[in-house]
Amino acid sequence: MQSRERSSYHRGPHAEMKYSQLCHLVLLTLLLALAPLATHANVPANASAQGVHEFTLSNGMRILVKPDNRAPVVVSQIWYGVGSAHEHGGITGISHALEHMMFKGTARYPAGEFSRIIAEQGGRENAFTSRDYTAYYQLLAADRLEIALKLEADRMRNLTLPKDEFVQEMRVVKEERRLRTEDNPNALLFEQVNATAWLNSPYGIPVIGWMTDIEHYTIADMRDWYDRWYAPNNATLVVVGDVDPHAVYRMARRYFGPIKARELPEIKPRTETRQLGERRIIVRAPARVPAVLMGYKVPVLPTAGEDWEPYALLVAAGILDGGESARLARTLVREQELAAGAGAGYSPFNRLDTLFMLSASPSQGTSLADLEAALTESLERLKREPVSEAELERVKAQVVAREVYRLDSVEGQAMQIGMLEKVGLGWRTLDEIAERVRAVTAEQVQAVAQKYFDVDRRTVGWLEPLPIDPDNPPSTFEGHLR
Amino acid sequence: MKQLGSMRILIGILLVLLLIAPVHANPAIEHWETDNGLKVYFMPAPALPMLDLRVVFRAGSARDGDAPGLARLTNGLLNTGAGDWDADTIAERFESVGAQFGSDALRDMAHLSLRTLTEADWLETALDTFTTVLGDPRFPERDLERGRRQTLVALDAEAQRPGSVAQRTFFEAVFGDHPYANVPLGTEASVRAITREQVVGFHREFYVARNGVLVLVGGIDRAQAEAIAGRISAALPEGRAAAPLPEVPPLTESRTIRVPFPSAQAHVLIGQPGMRRGDEDYFPLFVGNHVLGGGGFTSRLFEEVRGRRGLAYSVYSYFMPMEADGPFIMGVQTQVAQADEARQVMQEILAEYREKGPSSTELRASRLNITGGFPLRIASNSSMMDNLAMMGFYGLPLDYLERFNERVESVNERTIRDAFQRRLDPERMVTVIVGGEG
Repeated sequence: MQSRERSSYHRGPHAEMKYSQLCHLVLLTLLLALAPLATHANVPANASAQGVHEFTLSNGMRILVKPDNRAPVVVSQIWYGVGSAHEHGGITGISHALEHMMFKGTARYPAGEFSRIIAEQGGRENAFTSRDYTAYYQLLAADRLEIALKLEADRMRNLTLPKDEFVQEMRVVKEERRLRTEDNPNALLFEQVNATAWLNSPYGIPVIGWMTDIEHYTIADMRDWYDRWYAPNNATLVVVGDVDPHAVYRMARRYFGPIKARELPEIKPRTETRQLGERRIIVRAPARVPAVLMGYKVPVLPTAGEDWEPYALLVAAGILDGGESARLARTLVREQELAAGAGAGYSPFNRLDTLFMLSASPSQGTSLADLEAALTESLERLKREPVSEAELERVKAQVVAREVYRLDSVEGQAMQIGMLEKVGLGWRTLDEIAERVRAVTAEQVQAVAQKYFDVDRRTVGWLEPLPIDPDNPPSTFEGHLR
Repeated sequence: MKQLGSMRILIGILLVLLLIAPVHANPAIEHWETDNGLKVYFMPAPALPMLDLRVVFRAGSARDGDAPGLARLTNGLLNTGAGDWDADTIAERFESVGAQFGSDALRDMAHLSLRTLTEADWLETALDTFTTVLGDPRFPERDLERGRRQTLVALDAEAQRPGSVAQRTFFEAVFGDHPYANVPLGTEASVRAITREQVVGFHREFYVARNGVLVLVGGIDRAQAEAIAGRISAALPEGRAAAPLPEVPPLTESRTIRVPFPSAQAHVLIGQPGMRRGDEDYFPLFVGNHVLGGGGFTSRLFEEVRGRRGLAYSVYSYFMPMEADGPFIMGVQTQVAQADEARQVMQEILAEYREKGPSSTELRASRLNITGGFPLRIASNSSMMDNLAMMGFYGLPLDYLERFNERVESVNERTIRDAFQRRLDPERMVTVIVGGEG
């Protein structure tokens, strides 16, 4: 689901050498006692079990540095605490649109200069927007970090938002929405199920925004959003790579230090109103493969009353969909052959309650009703009987292994730190996640299943394909979901 | 026992991480061949207690013959039954030790891959399972039938994505009778017709030592690497290397193919046969394309089509070097009504670029980006895995990475212009437009 929840400035073409990684849950864990021995200087820093060094500038900006000297590279990410979940009707998607405009120049570096300079330094860059955050990153040879900080500090405050660039770039954003959503039946299904599930929680807002809102942004809207949220006290700089944390701190202080803190908007709770019964929708769109998507409302780490519950839900997702030996692949795909593919997904690392999602496409000859019943049964089984010890151990082994695998990528490490910061958990959560997952019992998995996998708390969507027929002019389809 | 196992691993990781030395900028690649002819590429990466392993065969869809979809179906069935194990058992054996198994078949290559921890017990379980899947797959009837039905659903899924329809149409038009014309998924009719005998025969012919390359990157030493390579190669019959693919004939004329599709956007692909891996024009074409449409936010196509005109979110060009000449492709997606404008702009940009080549400023910028970004190409185990698999599979020299920057530097405006003029012919381009009323 993550890919449908994020939107970025650019995407690249395909290559023959592409290596498809298995798609896994984001299981975050720790390595106890892995701290490289930090040299504590007289700066406000300290290092954790994860080897993260933390600094705070006097304007409130946070700087988190994790040294990794496996290769002479560095990733620099700046995370702003604003995303679609801070938006309201009429301007949905504006966080994402502003992310695009962040590449459109300042007085000192006009449109395109930022990208030109980073490219000339051998860098790769991009940005992405999600529900709770907007982030910008550069990947560079380690000795070239400074230019990235200098440029990011400049565009934190000095965006010019020129009219002509704005007009063109909003056309680009509309094309992005057409590409990602309008012409993708599964993305349409997700967007509509998600919007149906949430009556008042801002998580019902699509990250890319509704088309009518994209069409009617003004420069004043952009300026207002930028002034409201882009401030050092709403930003976190995350740097991972072959760097000295104190040198990074000094560089960051030099460039970001002079920027003044601002008063940030109050973020209201917008807690979802209680759901009083099942919600069902049908999405009819040009397609060939039907699909069913179900979302159950569940708590996340910042909202859970019992803080073991999100970890138990995470393990439940791993039991259902943690690989080819997990229950959905084994039962629905291979044993019963009802599904051509099936998946489950849940992330406890969100600011607000989220959806525990199940999705499946039927094998040929299976009805959506039968497929939905089979998905529901997989949840009923979690309620009925405790999961086996072997299944629990498998999920936990995968947690331990993934913890190691993730260290192969500086971007992956930085992503995890930034995300935890911006959903309000703090990067120190890293220090406990693995332990908490490992502590989950079969009884706890059963308990969360019984508590949350309730028909009255779910939203179900069916994708019913409309024909794609070359002999039928496309005008046949006008008016559907455009 | 597994509980203990994972605690032990945590402690092991701690020790390893405290003792490591940084990886050197120039990776130390070791290469040898096993007794039965399996080529091995090994890079020690002691920093992390993990191992990436991939076996690549000349067993992609270009070897499908008259059964499109055969290579991919065969590859996808490997882990559904091997030795005495069924699909459930195989998956459990990998996943209970945190290992990740993957496999895929593209046009040139088919591969099996494994990512595992190097903790001895877990590594052993993962390797034992992998070796069995590689060397002793059983292709159970029932799994074959399910694989066939899943492929038919995948074909439907492909047919509902205008971008995939455009890709299929483009490859068919550019490659005609050449095996690259086939999409690895095959067609509905061909997939329905594939027999178990064909699958078994395909595996017997192509999944053999002399037709494969093994790549190992991770926290093992040379002796361990040799032992693993020995086990893997012992699981394979010697066999022989697949015959070279036929040359790709040049197109004889330009063609435009319009496919109606009920989409908001039209997907436009423009191109022709391009170049092979190890091509003598590789560097001028690669660097030249970086200026044209390969260089992220700074290419000519990006700046004009997206930056100045706002026509598209994604616009690009690339060469896909393959065993025989892979395609050169320019692509864009734009609102149906703008498709012709986008197409025309891109054709003009290409024509002008081909005629005049890059400016010295553009070339300098692209060279700086490529050479300055070189450390990023070799930074992680997984990127080194990709590099070595590519080098090994296509037979590039061992000093390919070492000499990469120097060869990029050696390209100039003239060599780029010359290569583009010789290798791209605007009078022989395929244009595919999927979307709108066609």
